[in-house]
Amino acid sequence: MILKTKQSSDIPFSEVTPEHVYHSRREFMKAAAVGAIGAGAGGVLSAMPELEAAQGLKSTRNPKFIATDQLNTFEEITTYNNFYEFGTDKGDPARNAHTLKTTPWKVKVDGMVNKPGDYGIEDLINFNALEERVYRHRCVERWSVVIPWIGVSLSDVLKKVDPQPSAKFVEFTTLQRPSEMPGQRTGVLEWPYVEGLRMDEAMHPLTMMVVGLYGKVLPNQNGAPLRVHIPWKYGFKSGKSIVRIRFTDKMPATTWAIQAPSEYGFYANVNPSVPHPRWSQARERRLPNFLANTPTLLFNGYGDQVASLYAGMDLAKYY
Amino acid sequence: MRLPGWLNTILDWLHAVIKWRFFYTAVFLGCAFPAADLGWRIYQTVYQGHQEALGVNPVEAILKETGETALAMMLLSMTVTPLRRLFGWNRLQIVRRMLGIWSFFYALCHFTTYVVFDQLGDINAILDDVLNRKFIFVGMLAFSILCVLAVTSFNAAIRMLGRNWGKLHKLVYVAAVAGVVHFIWGQKADYEEPIKWAVWLAVLLGIRLYFWNRKRQKTSAIPKLRTVP
Repeated sequence: MILKTKQSSDIPFSEVTPEHVYHSRREFMKAAAVGAIGAGAGGVLSAMPELEAAQGLKSTRNPKFIATDQLNTFEEITTYNNFYEFGTDKGDPARNAHTLKTTPWKVKVDGMVNKPGDYGIEDLINFNALEERVYRHRCVERWSVVIPWIGVSLSDVLKKVDPQPSAKFVEFTTLQRPSEMPGQRTGVLEWPYVEGLRMDEAMHPLTMMVVGLYGKVLPNQNGAPLRVHIPWKYGFKSGKSIVRIRFTDKMPATTWAIQAPSEYGFYANVNPSVPHPRWSQARERRLPNFLANTPTLLFNGYGDQVASLYAGMDLAKYY
Repeated sequence: MRLPGWLNTILDWLHAVIKWRFFYTAVFLGCAFPAADLGWRIYQTVYQGHQEALGVNPVEAILKETGETALAMMLLSMTVTPLRRLFGWNRLQIVRRMLGIWSFFYALCHFTTYVVFDQLGDINAILDDVLNRKFIFVGMLAFSILCVLAVTSFNAAIRMLGRNWGKLHKLVYVAAVAGVVHFIWGQKADYEEPIKWAVWLAVLLGIRLYFWNRKRQKTSAIPKLRTVP
């Protein structure tokens, strides 16, 4: 149960996860999927038909962005999710997200941008240039997982629509469709879910626009068909099922910062020395471990690449 | 006061259950069941690798279940006296102490899980939590009270404390309020789950207030809602 974790705050990305670890997991997943289909019943996988049906995605591993931590399993990543649009329980998204229709899908691009308009996913993402990257994902709730995402650098997407120099921030809006998202029929959060980044954060090579994981099209409960992932920020910054990308010169009002401004800020950089008002952020629980004995690293261990973005900023004030 | 027939039927049925000779044993088994069930699922997770038994975040599940069960048992123990007063079900008294002890047991499991798996037994981290986070502070307050009530729940302690025992054990109301507040403050945004405990507690406090007011007005005997055959 207990995983080894590195103590140093700068985990090198040049190190690649041992191939056999990754492939043995892949083989296991394949075997599990085939078994579930073959048996025609039972098992967790057959309870989620969309996973069996998920198409493979061709991608190239980018050795620059492969965390050396042990991967979580496909099942762990796809059955334990915070996606309040489908319910507040961690199991709700896996149970309820099958109702979401991801085709057709349009993304509205507007604000301070030279090529505004309604884009299809293929217009924004070059599916021939998909990369696989292994990122650590640290939730503000003190748990973390390690995920092999598939996607492209967000900067590649944003460059296609040509933001104007006056744009200082980019805002991501999640789909609002209560008929397919049962959580949106409650007032638990202000809908639609809105997140945002400073332009330099959005253009940083680590910031990813994600369309898949574990070699497959992104499952609905993980934010299909299109989500961002910012590995040095708490998970709630990474907007899911994105339908609108807006460029602006004002800091966007983001959902959790509206909900509880003293607990969640705009920056939400992972920081062990800035506690959440209700719990310390010094350590985390690397799921599915029992012990919360993994030290949390500044910027989630990506400080060597992103610390310069915040030079001179008081991180306790801009949390 | 006249109650509708269907309600009388339910009350008669409940009273029959309370008068059943195995009522005490049944309540004991009912209180032990959540612990046995949780213990079995922890065994399945740790020794058999069945992740679905507790989910991807087992400690989160254990904290949630032990905390809610402790609250349930505490509120049940506090419901005994109002039911006796309202319906004359005096036999309920035989399970009151047991419910309180079980509440303490589940709170102890909840506390221990937090200390061992969340805080790794780090006293400084725990102190930092208690002193700086009101969410933890109220939980710890409720648990401290339950500790005091549990160690003074034996016959010898009751005899020794005499009239003060009743006064001391009124602290359960403080523990219950602190427990419900702890649950509410532990939520991120969804208050649907703690609300049912808050309503139950509010009803208990309301009944308490009603009888206290009656007593203050020096009304002679408190009329029962219905006479028990």
